Amino acid sequence: MNLQSVPLDWYLIVAAALFTIGVIGVVTRRNAIIVFMAIEMMLNSVNLVFISFAQFLGDITGQIFVLFVMAVAAGEAAIGLAIVLALFRNKRTVYVDEVNVLKW
Amino acid sequence: MSLQVALFFLFGIGAIATAIGTITRRNPVAAAVNLIAHFFMLAGLYLTLEAQLLAVLQILVYAGAIMVLVVFVIMLLNLGNEQALREQFTMRKIVGVVLAAMFVLQVSVLVNAQPTGATTLSPKAATLGTVESIGQALFTQYLFPFEAISLLLLAALVGAIILAKRKVE
Repeated sequence: MNLQSVPLDWYLIVAAALFTIGVIGVVTRRNAIIVFMAIEMMLNSVNLVFISFAQFLGDITGQIFVLFVMAVAAGEAAIGLAIVLALFRNKRTVYVDEVNVLKW
Repeated sequence: MSLQVALFFLFGIGAIATAIGTITRRNPVAAAVNLIAHFFMLAGLYLTLEAQLLAVLQILVYAGAIMVLVVFVIMLLNLGNEQALREQFTMRKIVGVVLAAMFVLQVSVLVNAQPTGATTLSPKAATLGTVESIGQALFTQYLFPFEAISLLLLAALVGAIILAKRKVE
């Protein structure tokens, strides 16, 4: 192989693979904390796309956007884990399929 | 193969492997450790893209702050290994695999239909990733979103305290 630099498409493919793994995690896992980690993984794969485009196109906007995504992810982490704690306190479980009080 | 390509393969394959590790471990602590490794791999990928500040922030914010919170909650809840529910789990697995296959199909069609054609980083890339250029843009052009996000963090802080409080009067 005689490559000097990595093309943009490869970064996009890695990011797509990571996003897909995150989706599989959200759909297949029962533990709310692991579902939460899979969501973080999806946010990160989008960050990778933003940074790739920013660096290949030479535009700062993508990197600024990543900063905002990180801030939102931090807020989401605090709220999400507080919800998991409250859930465990009330229901004694963190398995999402055992929590069905809102089901009709 | 140049150094950038070699590092891309190292961190890219590492990121995908640790991501798979995160969603397949039964033990939540093992999943969390895999996710921390995943964040380090992503920071490495950001470095191959010459985004230095964001690589550092990735480790500080994700591997540092967020994962500490996650591990702390796992410790508080004292969870055991996840037990699989036979009948529901297979159904979920099928749905998950179908969704994943559809997504991979869509992405491969998109990438094949319209290759971006960009093969090298922008010549400005190395200076774009510095603290100076990001700070410059953040505090001039993007000042209002910056202030708005601080309000969002405050709201998240108050919300988390109210949710996790032992008794809400």
